[in-house]
Amino acid sequence: MKLDNGHYIRPLARYTWWTQQSSYIRYILREVSSLFIGFFSIVLVCGLYRLSQGEAEFNSWREALWSNGFALSIIVLFFAGYHSVSWFSVTPKAMPLTFSGKRVAPEIIIGAHWLLWLLSSAFVWLLFIYGGDL
Amino acid sequence: MKNDVSEETENTPVVRNVQFEILRYNPDQDDEPYYQTYQVPCQEEWVILDAINYIKDNLDRSLSYRWSCHMAVCGSCGLMVNGEATLSCHSFVREMPDKIRIEPLSNFPVARDLIVDMDGFVENLASVKPYIIPAEERGLEDGWYNQSPAQLEKYQQYTQCINCMLCYSACPQVGLNEGFIGPAALALAHRYNQDSRDVGRSAREDVVSSNVGIWECSFVGACSEVCPKHVDPAAAIQQTKIAATADYFKRFLMPWVKPKKSSSLEPGDEK
Repeated sequence: MKLDNGHYIRPLARYTWWTQQSSYIRYILREVSSLFIGFFSIVLVCGLYRLSQGEAEFNSWREALWSNGFALSIIVLFFAGYHSVSWFSVTPKAMPLTFSGKRVAPEIIIGAHWLLWLLSSAFVWLLFIYGGDL
Repeated sequence: MKNDVSEETENTPVVRNVQFEILRYNPDQDDEPYYQTYQVPCQEEWVILDAINYIKDNLDRSLSYRWSCHMAVCGSCGLMVNGEATLSCHSFVREMPDKIRIEPLSNFPVARDLIVDMDGFVENLASVKPYIIPAEERGLEDGWYNQSPAQLEKYQQYTQCINCMLCYSACPQVGLNEGFIGPAALALAHRYNQDSRDVGRSAREDVVSSNVGIWECSFVGACSEVCPKHVDPAAAIQQTKIAATADYFKRFLMPWVKPKKSSSLEPGDEK
């Protein structure tokens, strides 16, 4: 598009700009991952609702999820993992911690997130396995 | 460095023929830009800028582009090299394929060939009041400000910007949203907001926290990836978002607490 002053504007492709660079693709994947997580949250809320209706209803929801939604769950799991990992890797930018006047290395901040993630996952996993006995 | 030069003259330099596709645009003759191809015998130690200088000196005197220092300090030779915003003095030809596409920086109006119009960029920088707004006026006779290393550490990184505009070319939000004041301007605002001598944050907020400021940023992060000076504008913007959000809730929950303001300069004053 040529302007009146002779300058030329080369506009960004409105819908396909994100295919132009690998960093843009990684960004779009990160953003899209939230749709999958949002979708699965709704599925889980449905499960809670079925649980409130009784044991048989909850079991039928679980069976439906296993038989019809298994592949989808795997995809959601992949995107949930990608979501967490990609956000962990950018947290040092939003969270510039300092310790006795010096900036904490980004690797330590990212590592702490990984550690917390693993610990909380292990905790949930233990609850899942042994929780019924308590 | 001197040794390198003498070796170069003693030995025959290694030469590789590289094809350069360069975007050309002459506003007086062309309705739109087009690509022109040049074969350049590149030497081992050449950066992209050397090859472009070779074209200018030996092949085509009409090629227009900006450069000055040739050492990644002045920030004037930024170009799109194979689609990536980079300082042309800061990327080696030997690390590139045999075909290299050179374009002017994306997301800027092209004035001629590889030269872009940077007036809008300068206006964006000025819009964030990029100067220290002190709590009270201070004359020379009052002496200097004292600042601890920890206080310096908080903003020093953001002073490193050389206004090369690579971050604007890397940022898709700059290209998609007209009016967005962009990564470098917001990093500059953050630089002054983080300075212990400055109390101008609320004065800058009108622009910085508006719909042309931080909230246009969706944290693509490309600005920080291309920044040759590791200013990390993406970090500056996310931290500003957090501070602005905290401000909002503070105003909402504790309306009786007034934000820090300068006594001599009211928000809106130009210096």
